[in-house]
Amino acid sequence: MRIELDDLKDFARGAAFLGTGGGGDPYIGRLLAQHAIKEFGHPTIIEPEELADDALVFAIAMLGAPTVLVEKAACGDDIDLAIDKLSERLGRRPDALMPIEIGGINSTIPIVASARSGIPLVNADGMGRAFPEIQMVTFNVYGYPPTPLSVVDEHLNAVVVDAKDAKTAEDLVRSVAIQMGLSVMTANYPVSGAVVKKYAVKKTLTLALEIGRAISLGRKQGEPVNSLLAYLRSTEYYKHCKVLFDGKIVDIKRETTKGFSVGHCHISPLKGDSEGVEIIFQNENLAARINGKLIAMVPDLICIVDRETAEPIPVEALRYGQRVKIIGASVPPIMRTPKAIKIFGPRAFGIEEDYTPIEDIPT
Amino acid sequence: MRIGVDVGGTNTDAVLMDGRNVIASKKTPTTANVSDGIVDAITAVLTQSATPSEMIQCVMIGTTQFTNAFVERRNLVKVGVMRLSLPATRGIPPLTDWPDDIRAVVGGNMHMIRGGYQYDGRINSELDEKGILEATRDLKGKGIKAIAISGLFSPINSEMEERAEEIILNEIPDSIVTLSSRIGRIGLIERENAAIMNASLADLSLKIVSSFRKALTELGITAPFYISQNDGTLMKAEFVEKYPVLTFASGPTNSMRGAAYLSGIENALVADIGGTTTDIGMLMNGFPRESSLTVDIGGVRTNFRMPDILAIGLGGGSLVNTEGPLSVGPQSVGYRLTEEAMVFGGKTLTTSDIAVAAGYADFGDPALVKGLAPKTIDDAVARIHEIVADGIDKMKTNADPVPLILVGGGAVLINRDIAGASQVITHEHGGVANAIGASIAQVGGDIDRVVSYDVLGRDNAIAEAKSEAIDAAIAAGAEPNSIQVVDIEEIPLSYIPGGSVRLHIKVAGDLNLDNIAKVKK
Repeated sequence: MRIELDDLKDFARGAAFLGTGGGGDPYIGRLLAQHAIKEFGHPTIIEPEELADDALVFAIAMLGAPTVLVEKAACGDDIDLAIDKLSERLGRRPDALMPIEIGGINSTIPIVASARSGIPLVNADGMGRAFPEIQMVTFNVYGYPPTPLSVVDEHLNAVVVDAKDAKTAEDLVRSVAIQMGLSVMTANYPVSGAVVKKYAVKKTLTLALEIGRAISLGRKQGEPVNSLLAYLRSTEYYKHCKVLFDGKIVDIKRETTKGFSVGHCHISPLKGDSEGVEIIFQNENLAARINGKLIAMVPDLICIVDRETAEPIPVEALRYGQRVKIIGASVPPIMRTPKAIKIFGPRAFGIEEDYTPIEDIPT
Repeated sequence: MRIGVDVGGTNTDAVLMDGRNVIASKKTPTTANVSDGIVDAITAVLTQSATPSEMIQCVMIGTTQFTNAFVERRNLVKVGVMRLSLPATRGIPPLTDWPDDIRAVVGGNMHMIRGGYQYDGRINSELDEKGILEATRDLKGKGIKAIAISGLFSPINSEMEERAEEIILNEIPDSIVTLSSRIGRIGLIERENAAIMNASLADLSLKIVSSFRKALTELGITAPFYISQNDGTLMKAEFVEKYPVLTFASGPTNSMRGAAYLSGIENALVADIGGTTTDIGMLMNGFPRESSLTVDIGGVRTNFRMPDILAIGLGGGSLVNTEGPLSVGPQSVGYRLTEEAMVFGGKTLTTSDIAVAAGYADFGDPALVKGLAPKTIDDAVARIHEIVADGIDKMKTNADPVPLILVGGGAVLINRDIAGASQVITHEHGGVANAIGASIAQVGGDIDRVVSYDVLGRDNAIAEAKSEAIDAAIAAGAEPNSIQVVDIEEIPLSYIPGGSVRLHIKVAGDLNLDNIAKVKK
């Protein structure tokens, strides 16, 4: 596959959909990718199957606070140095790079990294969506740690982190990020080609681009939400998708605890008095509940979109009165095994219920 | 006594006000040479009321000329851009996302220089003063005099931007420098865009301000004049010369402020119904609620303070389509209403025809709509009210009923209760609410920064910011006793430790007319 300059808007919109309300504003990410492609040329994108088993692959991501991100963006050299520092530590350069997270801004940072460095980019990622913490990645689920990893700021200060487990790595990275000014680049999850082939969520660059394209095409035809659903139904893993609810936002409550926002968004039908839906969100939308019963939950995708344009709405932009559709979709089996559910299922976010796949819940 | 003028795309309106009373008002067509229309409108209100021009203490003008010039890419100049941010932000140079046509007009001269702050005000990089001097000399050599400066986290601390301005003015004394911290919020790209946009209007702003000055001199008015800005407060003419973008959304703001003034209600929804569209906004303490989102102007993304306005496709000229299920708008006959609408002898069924046929508006010839089926009239009336009800619901912050104030010529379309509105209010001067809004504009002060509640305590942090905002308002000419807090916004910042909160405080007070007079003498 190839990502052209003209594709970036669609790609960023698809990534916002996969961010399910979180993952950071892909606008800045799109501009970074746009500039990097203009300056350094297109990244070479390869499929996981093209990787040799003993190839070395790094995940590339940006980490920080959205408010800081919209000021600082990235400088570019910081991304290069993150790769260099991790290479130094391992005594070897990577053969390929990949996104850790296809949802939100971290879908575009690896494009920048690949365009700048000339190292190919793998059409796959480690989350298949967006999650708030570095341990919520399929590689970690199946026993491959995020460390060693490098953290670099725009002054080219660098820290290489080793940790006893992924959660500790997350805590250490966060402390370093605060000291560095809350907008840092990291190269992490150094894994082999064999591991990528076995445990990555595959074809997600294609997925983001095609979701964005389906929305754009649907807008031209006047049916963006249907166009998006039609595309998802044509895929192998996301085909169990539906409009979970159609209505307007009537109430939003949110609080910030331990650095993460926890919110409840209530949506009522446009007409009639039938029961509304509640969306529970932290950084991302986590679950949808009607009449006290969950109708969709993490890691399945729950995205709130504008009901006319299908524009994905990030959690920080939810407001009373917005007319929205709630779209739910299944995710690949690798994200739904008992091991995966333990790391990023409902209980990992404090929702004390067992995971039920979206297609097994009658609506 | 004072005069309020609103220069719109179609009409130039003027009102003469004495205290809280509307003495005279006049609507005239906007002229190609804008100052002629202003002279006509002001002459009309002075003549109507037999008021000598020496009695005028102050003139307030609202104008859309700068917005239109930018959107149409007219009269713009090349801008030198200096960004004080390296090594951060290098990945996205200035003007990256601008449409090619406008980048070709204003762009091409960018300098990225070391400098800037962290989110908490710590220095991120020391300012590279030598770099600024070199960049200035480069711009000087190219004859560029309009310069935009953007600095990393400058809304938190604007010192580096101010220092850069000093260096530039020392080197090019007649340059016009825009500081991003004066117009935009957190969000470097959008704030910088707004600064560049502003700088590109440097020539035009001088011309327009001098044409206003000339018009008033012609009328024998020696009183000072002010220009109204997006947030419903006033700028001195000299400040507009430097910051014209701050007028960009003053039109809808003035309408809303005028609506609040006429109705005496400070917390309400306002629908300004024109010929093609209805602008709906929310008044909070007499001021429009601000948009928290980025705003696209002429294809350029910005984040300066704008009223949160929802424009919907309903107006007095909206088409009523009876083929198939009945629909209303968004197509409109617009300014051709008096030729094309049925009550005026035309062939197009418009919302105005429906209002006349339903018997609650009286213009044109009602006989010409006698033949309309009662069901068509009923359905269209219901649909018109439904469109407005939907629009106001989208602008509300919760489900509680809110008063709705109708202004603008299309207000006649509404005759029934509106779902979600506790009452519907109209006023005889509603047609010139915008000029009235300009005439009552206040002077304000504004503080927007990230503070740590853990360090300062919430009460202290708010008190400190409030007192700075009040000082700013007084410096701008506000009567100290009239200053009130208009808005306090607190946004907890996720991921940032120490109880960091983005705090935005806005105050405003009445213009001290006596003080202006004293200064004049």
